[in-house]
Amino acid sequence: MSLLQVSGLHTRYETNDGVLRAVDGVSFAIEAGETVGLVGESGCGKSTLGKTLVGLVPASEGEVTFDGAEISHLSPAALKPVRRRLQMIFQDPFGSLNPRQSIGQILTAPLAVHGVRSAAERRAQALAMVRRVGLPDDTLQRFPHEFSGGQRQRIGVARALILAPQLVVCDEPVSALDLSIQAQILNLLVEMKSELDLAYLFVSHDLSVVRYFADRVLVMYLGRIVESATYDTIWSRPRHPYTRALMEAVPDPLRRRTAAPLSGDLPSARNVPSGCRFHPRCPFATDLCRSADPALRSVEPGHEVACHHAEAIFAAAGATPPGAATVH
Amino acid sequence: MATTLLEVENLTVRFPRLAAVQDLSFSVGVGETLAIVGESGSGKSITALALMRLVPPPGRITGGSIRFDGRELTALPDAAMRKVRGAEIAMIFQEPMTSLNPVLTIGRQIGETVRLHEGVSRRIARARAIELLDLVRIPEPHRRVDDYPHQLSGGMRQRVMIAMAVICRPKLLIADEPTTALDVTIQAQVLALLDNLRRELSMGLLLITHDLGIVGQWADRVVVMYASRKVEEGSPDAILDAPWHPYTQGLMAASPRHAGDLHYRRTPLVEIPGSITSAFGETGCPFVPRCALAEARCREVVPPPLSLGDHLVACVRHDPFKEAADVALAG
Ligand SMILES: Nc1ncnc2c1ncn2[C@@H]1O[C@H](COP(=O)(O)OP(=O)(O)OP(=O)(O)O)[C@@H](O)[C@H]1O
Ligand SMILES: Nc1ncnc2c1ncn2[C@@H]1O[C@H](COP(=O)(O)OP(=O)(O)OP(=O)(O)O)[C@@H](O)[C@H]1O
Ligand code: SF4
Ligand SMILES: [Mg+2]
Ligand SMILES: [Mg+2]
Repeated sequence: MSLLQVSGLHTRYETNDGVLRAVDGVSFAIEAGETVGLVGESGCGKSTLGKTLVGLVPASEGEVTFDGAEISHLSPAALKPVRRRLQMIFQDPFGSLNPRQSIGQILTAPLAVHGVRSAAERRAQALAMVRRVGLPDDTLQRFPHEFSGGQRQRIGVARALILAPQLVVCDEPVSALDLSIQAQILNLLVEMKSELDLAYLFVSHDLSVVRYFADRVLVMYLGRIVESATYDTIWSRPRHPYTRALMEAVPDPLRRRTAAPLSGDLPSARNVPSGCRFHPRCPFATDLCRSADPALRSVEPGHEVACHHAEAIFAAAGATPPGAATVH
Repeated sequence: MATTLLEVENLTVRFPRLAAVQDLSFSVGVGETLAIVGESGSGKSITALALMRLVPPPGRITGGSIRFDGRELTALPDAAMRKVRGAEIAMIFQEPMTSLNPVLTIGRQIGETVRLHEGVSRRIARARAIELLDLVRIPEPHRRVDDYPHQLSGGMRQRVMIAMAVICRPKLLIADEPTTALDVTIQAQVLALLDNLRRELSMGLLLITHDLGIVGQWADRVVVMYASRKVEEGSPDAILDAPWHPYTQGLMAASPRHAGDLHYRRTPLVEIPGSITSAFGETGCPFVPRCALAEARCREVVPPPLSLGDHLVACVRHDPFKEAADVALAG
């Protein structure tokens, strides 16, 4: 049985201007100890999906099963024991830290809630965690506004890991970090994983980081998963036209000025295109694409794609997509 | 050489517990893009805020000078500084939520800025706001204009900030990690937009980023900061391909981009041992506690910056003149 099982999940936001389908029918699983990367364009629903999984945004439809129990319709009180094992690192670190609490309070409060009785023990665990994310000891006495952007991001990492969870939704956990601290945090996530058999859902727009850190990659487009494959498959044999476009856009320090290959109307979650939701921007779109919504289907073991023409496109373009050679 | 727009000399910013910026000097020419890279917590954002005279108290500028377009900003009265801000120097903040007003729609916020700068009616300001949202590639701008900040995704908020900075048509734009939340496609479009603006207005662009891909593609010059100080400066080619300072070298080695097809199951990423925090309160070179090349004299004084051509480094183990001489002798 998978650690996390998501089926037919929808998350809709009611706005003054109609319903916005941020997550629009998503199914996938995460195994214990597995790292699943989640990539996709800004606004495609990655943060919403993450927040729905941990119960911060209510699911409109569908099921989320965590460690055997359905959690998507639990009340906050019923969700509490689950939350220790299911944590999230937020994309906006400042907005997610209470400005009136010291970092010491932020880190020790969850320990108290989850039964660490001795204050000295809580303090010791908080200090150890602060050191592991590369922050100075006096961090515990300071308040969120006294830190730099990247330091706050690391406080978010510390808060998520301190309860020794089983699954952490990491929403852009290293986006604000320079490369050396980024390496340190990624190495920390790997260590924690082998200590605790942790699983991660790892959201990042940095494909080189995802490539390094994920066992499997989910590609999201306008509220849907359009491709799912192991990390090496997604790089060597991407099938979905969107995945291919995404990979071609990776800037390379050795190449100056890359062109942006994706054009066409920008997608809107308030007005999802008919048929394949990628068709208005897809160079391979046919009449079938404009009318029928392609389901996520298996094209080889462990590799799923939602595209009517995946085989034909793949055969025509060859195994190596343009740009793949320069992704390194 | 371009005319200097901004000249920062020996800037120092202190908080009660620490010096966030020390002895920092750099300049930005008219129409030039200067990138600042460096360790998390090394003082990049505080430097940006100091240029805007927005250092959060109890922090304050305790030394140095900031000359901008013929004026000394550190000595400017508050009222005059308010005019400079927004009109002549604009800033895109690192965390958009901290500078967007949560109770106003983004249309209102952009519109107010438009009205301030262009003196137009509310109706025209709204139309301009929609145009600007489209410019930063936000889908369905005519509907998005009525959204509140919390209804946007992280990357959309970042682009709203960029739209607001664009309206100001400033002489100097400070962009603090403007594209951290953006995927590569939109990142490229947004940076191209800023770059067009730079060319069109001969705007100076101070780009704070940790993304070396962006540095290589867009910067004319790069400053590397470590623990509140500048440790290296040079062209992107020099900094990316042949860095001199041990910190910059470590930074390049830590890049997962350079790791090719490494994977966490097989190989850990290269870290620079130790952490920046061990540097505070030490004398001498700020990088000493983590540096493989450190020797006794590194602990004695802060290494003075030495330069050869336009490449500058602050490391006693690295004397560009001597090395150039060695190369010349050997050749
Ligand atoms: N609280 C909310 N109310 C209404 N709409 C929302 C809300 N939060 C997000 N949205 C909308 O839902 C869609 C998905 O947003 P989400 O934040 O999940 O995107 P994302 O993939 O995380 O993007 P990014 O990479 O920019 O962070 C967007 O269209 C966004 O505007
Ligand atoms: N309001 C504050 N009070 C006290 N210290 C502060 C305050 N703001 C920043 N600092 C400290 O000043 C130093 C420099 O912070 P700054 O925000 O400039 O870093 P940065 O280089 O922008 O880092 P990052 O890449 O993580 O954003 C850090 O050590 C930080 O903890
Ligand atoms: S189904 Fe059609 S429109 Fe959609 S991605 Fe495949 S080819 Fe393109
Ligand atoms: Mg997001
Ligand atoms: Mg910063």
